[in-house]
Amino acid sequence: MPKIIARTGDDAVAEAMRQINPDVVAAYPITPQTEIVQFFSDFVANGKVKTELLCPESEHSAMSACIGASAAGGRVMTATSSQGLAYMWELVYIAASYRLPIVMPVVNRALSGPINIHCDHSDSMGARDSGWVQIFSENIQEAYDNTIQAVRIAEHANLLLPVIVTLDGFIISHAMEQFEILDDDTVQKFVGEYKPEYSLLDAKHPITYGPLQLFDYYMEQKKQQHEVIKSASSVVLQIASEFEKISKRKYELFEEYRMDDADIGIVVLGSASGTAKTVADKLREQGLRAGVLKIRLFRPFPAAELANSLSHLKALAVLDRSDTFGGLGGPVFEEVCASLYNYQFPDGHKIPAVNYIYGLGGRDVTLDHIEKVYRDLEGISRTGKINNLIQYLGVRE
Amino acid sequence: MPQEKGWKSLSRGGVILEPGNARDYETGSWRTFKPVVDREKCINCMFCWIFCPESAVIVKDDKMEGFNLKYCKGCGICAKECPKKAIEMAKD
Ligand code: SF4
Ligand code: SF4
Repeated sequence: MPKIIARTGDDAVAEAMRQINPDVVAAYPITPQTEIVQFFSDFVANGKVKTELLCPESEHSAMSACIGASAAGGRVMTATSSQGLAYMWELVYIAASYRLPIVMPVVNRALSGPINIHCDHSDSMGARDSGWVQIFSENIQEAYDNTIQAVRIAEHANLLLPVIVTLDGFIISHAMEQFEILDDDTVQKFVGEYKPEYSLLDAKHPITYGPLQLFDYYMEQKKQQHEVIKSASSVVLQIASEFEKISKRKYELFEEYRMDDADIGIVVLGSASGTAKTVADKLREQGLRAGVLKIRLFRPFPAAELANSLSHLKALAVLDRSDTFGGLGGPVFEEVCASLYNYQFPDGHKIPAVNYIYGLGGRDVTLDHIEKVYRDLEGISRTGKINNLIQYLGVRE
Repeated sequence: MPQEKGWKSLSRGGVILEPGNARDYETGSWRTFKPVVDREKCINCMFCWIFCPESAVIVKDDKMEGFNLKYCKGCGICAKECPKKAIEMAKD
């Protein structure tokens, strides 16, 4: 029977890892690492898992070890955060290009400088083009559920790609919430056994990972990656529906909250979605038709589905917890704008869309902030006029 | 070079599935200069054989016998290292 327990997000993700019982976890053991690896190392020390835990001298080495272990045919996980992910960067690309199904929870925290340890999406957004599938979580339950589903998504025979599952630093990772934990057996059965097609340790069928491919083959290899990650959306949906059978919880590419008849809508990902939903409820009582679209799958970006879901809005705001400095706006805003631009509106119709950069370095995002966004949208939907395309939300002048 | 494959026929992640297939990659196509050995000067010391990065120096019965031009990329290392200056790089 599933049980309701209270845990921090880090603890819940570590529990998921215990239930998955991967062959190898290679993770840097010191800050910016989070408690995920600390809790998991307790499970290893207490014999609760049969995982081989490697603690190399850096995240660069941790991801290198994950690549080696995964190429050897193991089910491999790691976890990181902030500077740790930044330090892994070149290996993150290599893991994806080798098509190694490594699963990595990322606790979203700010990048230096200035030095900061709090919630911010800059770290995983920095890896957005690396070829990893990226799934965002709103709360502890989702972080736990997404971690379990990630294993099946990564190892899906049509995919074989690494997967990042994110949870917001401190807000989810260190706060305690109740969530429903599945039985160990149920999770074990759900993830099943990983049967790799190739293994570096299979001396009877020697293979080589990491070829040199110059102008003659590199581009074909990249095209293969381009095509395979596009097909991840359908795999994510398939695994979600299998997961629903064991958990009774429904997951999709994104969640539409009161979007059906909405005039104004906010697109958001991560823990701020909850705040946006609360404000939408309140404004609905006042007669404002407010909706929220919470992105779950950020890579591959579900462009067509998302544009379709937004197509009836009169005004739209995208919330970004990171900036692209010199780009059009935040990374989510860029994706949403590109999605809408390519959506075939029947009458050449255009939805006014604005961007709010919020919550950088752990800056609190309050109900009032979100209400201001909706009020701005209400004005835009009435006048059709955008005064401020990109704003920092809750910043001092 | 063997016929170049399209992206649909590449192995997953570019994994090399047959061992020893570097043999299919004929580095001789890179060459502008080719090494020419003067048998009179050669003392069969095998320096060229040791230094050649492409294993393109042919040795038979302990004798240096010339170069495999399928793989010799014309780098000139053999000519540089030969203690007897027995190898000359000639325009190919
Ligand atoms: S290095 Fe010069 S002398 Fe020695 S074997 Fe080669 S060609 Fe002959
Ligand atoms: S030129 Fe370079 S590749 Fe050719 S035989 Fe000499 S050392 Fe080898």
